[in-house]
Amino acid sequence: MFDFSIVTRWIDTFLREYMPEWGALLVEFVLIGVALLLLYALIALALIYGERKICAFFQCRLGPNRVGPYGLFQSVADMIKILIKELISIKHSDRFLFNLAPYLVILASMLTFGCMPFGRGLQVLDFNIGVFFIMAVSSIGVLGILLAGWSSNNKFTLIGAMRSGAQMVSYELSIGLSMLAVVVFAGTMQTSQLVELQSRGWFIFTGHIPMIIAFVIYLIAGTAETNRGPFDLPEAESELTAGYHTEYSGIHFGFYYLAEYLNMFIVAGIASLLFLGGWMPLHIGGWDAFNQVMDYIPSVVWFFGKTAVVMFIIMWFKWTFPRLRIDQLLNLEWKYLVPIGFVNLLLVVLITIFGIHF
Amino acid sequence: MANIQEKIAAFLPEAVYEEGQYPTFAVPAEKLPALARYLHDDGELQFDNLAALVGMDWGETLGVVYYLNSVKYNHWVILKAATADRKDPILYSVSDIWANANFEEREVYDFYGIRFIGHPDMRRIFLREDWNGYPLRKDYDTSRENNPIPETNEECADTTISLAMSPDGKVEKKVVDIFEKNDYIVNIGPQHPATHGVLRFRTSLEGEIIKKVDVHCGYIHRGIEKLWEGMTYPQTLHMTDRLDYLSAHQNRHALCMCIEDALQLEVPQRAQYIRTMMDELMRISSHLLFFSTLCMDLGALTAFFYGFRERELVLDIFEETCGARMSMNYNTIGGVMADIHPDFQRKVKEFIKIMPARLKEYNEVFTGNVIARNRMIGVGHLSLEDAIRYNATGPTGRASGWACDVRKRTPYAAYDKVQFDEVLSHEGDSYARYNVRLEEIVQSLHILEQLVDNIPEGDYAVKTKPIIKVPEGRYFKQVEASRGAFGIYLESRGDKTPYRLKVVSPGFALVGVVDHLVRGAKIADLITIGGSLDYVVPDIDR
Repeated sequence: MFDFSIVTRWIDTFLREYMPEWGALLVEFVLIGVALLLLYALIALALIYGERKICAFFQCRLGPNRVGPYGLFQSVADMIKILIKELISIKHSDRFLFNLAPYLVILASMLTFGCMPFGRGLQVLDFNIGVFFIMAVSSIGVLGILLAGWSSNNKFTLIGAMRSGAQMVSYELSIGLSMLAVVVFAGTMQTSQLVELQSRGWFIFTGHIPMIIAFVIYLIAGTAETNRGPFDLPEAESELTAGYHTEYSGIHFGFYYLAEYLNMFIVAGIASLLFLGGWMPLHIGGWDAFNQVMDYIPSVVWFFGKTAVVMFIIMWFKWTFPRLRIDQLLNLEWKYLVPIGFVNLLLVVLITIFGIHF
Repeated sequence: MANIQEKIAAFLPEAVYEEGQYPTFAVPAEKLPALARYLHDDGELQFDNLAALVGMDWGETLGVVYYLNSVKYNHWVILKAATADRKDPILYSVSDIWANANFEEREVYDFYGIRFIGHPDMRRIFLREDWNGYPLRKDYDTSRENNPIPETNEECADTTISLAMSPDGKVEKKVVDIFEKNDYIVNIGPQHPATHGVLRFRTSLEGEIIKKVDVHCGYIHRGIEKLWEGMTYPQTLHMTDRLDYLSAHQNRHALCMCIEDALQLEVPQRAQYIRTMMDELMRISSHLLFFSTLCMDLGALTAFFYGFRERELVLDIFEETCGARMSMNYNTIGGVMADIHPDFQRKVKEFIKIMPARLKEYNEVFTGNVIARNRMIGVGHLSLEDAIRYNATGPTGRASGWACDVRKRTPYAAYDKVQFDEVLSHEGDSYARYNVRLEEIVQSLHILEQLVDNIPEGDYAVKTKPIIKVPEGRYFKQVEASRGAFGIYLESRGDKTPYRLKVVSPGFALVGVVDHLVRGAKIADLITIGGSLDYVVPDIDR
């Protein structure tokens, strides 16, 4: 399997030959930043197109089909439109916080995005507390949402922000518990090692029942964390028009829009990292020929493929389920998911200690 | 009948009996509350439902006509109260007896300036607070100078006025706060995706919990009742499709039937059958739209498209025969405008064949969903007594167990020739309202099935003169529209234009229930309740 670290190392040595160390680092930082930003934007565009097509097929429609073949350039056109739109400033709003909020949201999802293991050796941030870091930076996003709701000086946005605060803080707990289950099982928090450990078999298989429970909890909580249906209460359009981002226009709204889709990608990416082996191909113990064939498929394809499957499931949720009510949403978390999560954590500890796993 | 007459004569000798469609009594204004209370409470009369409350300007006097109905005995009585004081007309409120009178009396105040003693909230309901004059009075100044186009926003009052009678016979004015001092008030509407039109709820919140809702109507009021007074009878028909556009056929059916009744015009059987079928198709299309929009309100966006997919088929049928998909203008005095399209029967049969499978699909995608059920079961519970008290007819009333189907109670058109069940439920919550409507689609299909092959040959309309003069009198006709009993009140003085033509719309009563149902519920429940009541705004604002 091709290791991308060969390429990155080659670039690194190439730059160091011609520049002092700080210069090489600077160039690398810029390169990585540009690459990440580009990837970020491209993935978001692809996702928006994909979601619109998928939801159209769910709803007996065709979806975008005018701009380019099969409407492929629809989201590009939308992006251009959003870029040239006016940024409307609101009277009596807290100007500074109002403008700051979208950047916080995008920052949180960018930072988490950096931790994704896209392929073998293709990872920006990788250090020994990777999972912990992901948890920490992804929760900055809720700050942006709260600030947006607060600073817009609008009652709808405030209710949306409060809902979102309650929702995200609660569901962070379930996400944390299911991540912790994986960490206990694997014995490491470093993302690259997590992937490496799954070469014998993905955690969802090797960890059997408790890992499947953790995966389901993660999927539910992750959907809630991204504010997507059926957990899209913060922006419930039939109740709060557009929730916390009602007052935003132009690229500021675009940031929320991008971040929403990217967060979905991130949630799906982490799901595939923790449970489905990240970029690790499907290996079945003893089937060497099969494993060999699987290894021919590039690691990037594996990662994006698994992520796409999880994203499809999340979209499927959104387009079939009605929205929950706020009390039902919190009931689900505090009365069901959290207790189940704790019990599950105990189970994982037991199977790890006694080695009752594959 | 005699019994009612005797009882009223015994209770109130001053009441003057008049002949009419139903026993009519002219009651002195100050005696009305006592008589109303008696009629409501008496065990043998039990007039527990106020079917219509009509404001009137009789020239010399201003007054109100009450149509009372007993659910148990299905008998009717008409009361009339009038006041000769045109400067400051005052009558007594019956809103403490029949809750739907609350909004109806505000409408009368808005259009006739009659104030009601004992009414808790004497504000205008449709027009702006700064409107000059009372437009439905016959001496109203319609010139533009009287009410120039306002250049300022309407001040939204936080207080209202309530009149009370002091012991020494003086009328006292009390200023009442609508909300409490420190309430957190959120404005939902008039531009809001879930109010189904330009309707506005001022909602006072305690966190996510609703304390009170103050309904503001009138954003698309077109003054149809005023316009009607200047139209000839055939012209009046064109307005009905613009009331509740989702029961266009039934609305027009009601008006035609009312005029035909007054003229004692025999409508050909073929027309009766066609009208019945059109009514049922309209009901199906309306209920499909209800399903779609309720799903969308609850966040299930896919189910929304499913309902619209099937509604399209009904609209295609309408388009072929009536030439339009909305505002069909199909019924006419004495029959229907045109004969059915040759493809009509084939298409209806195809539709009947398709629908059961599609309904199953709806149930799979939405009804059985655990989130959908949790969102609807137990939400917005309307008891049977309240349904009758608020005059919440139609599927809403039937979901509370009130057998209020006009098609069954007083069959019209071809409804006495078909077999169908009146769908009743006793839960009275949003889920019951939802299920009743879906089940009514099945019943409507059943009615269509029985009629589609049996449309009698013959004329589709009788010839009528272009100028129709309706004999003097007072007429009231109800049909079962898609969302409840739709009544037409017609008072004629023998002219070619109606003296007074009023719509008693089911939507107006339904929106009156909202405040009662949402108290203590969550914001999300307001949307569920609104969606499940299924009011249509042009029906409220006429």
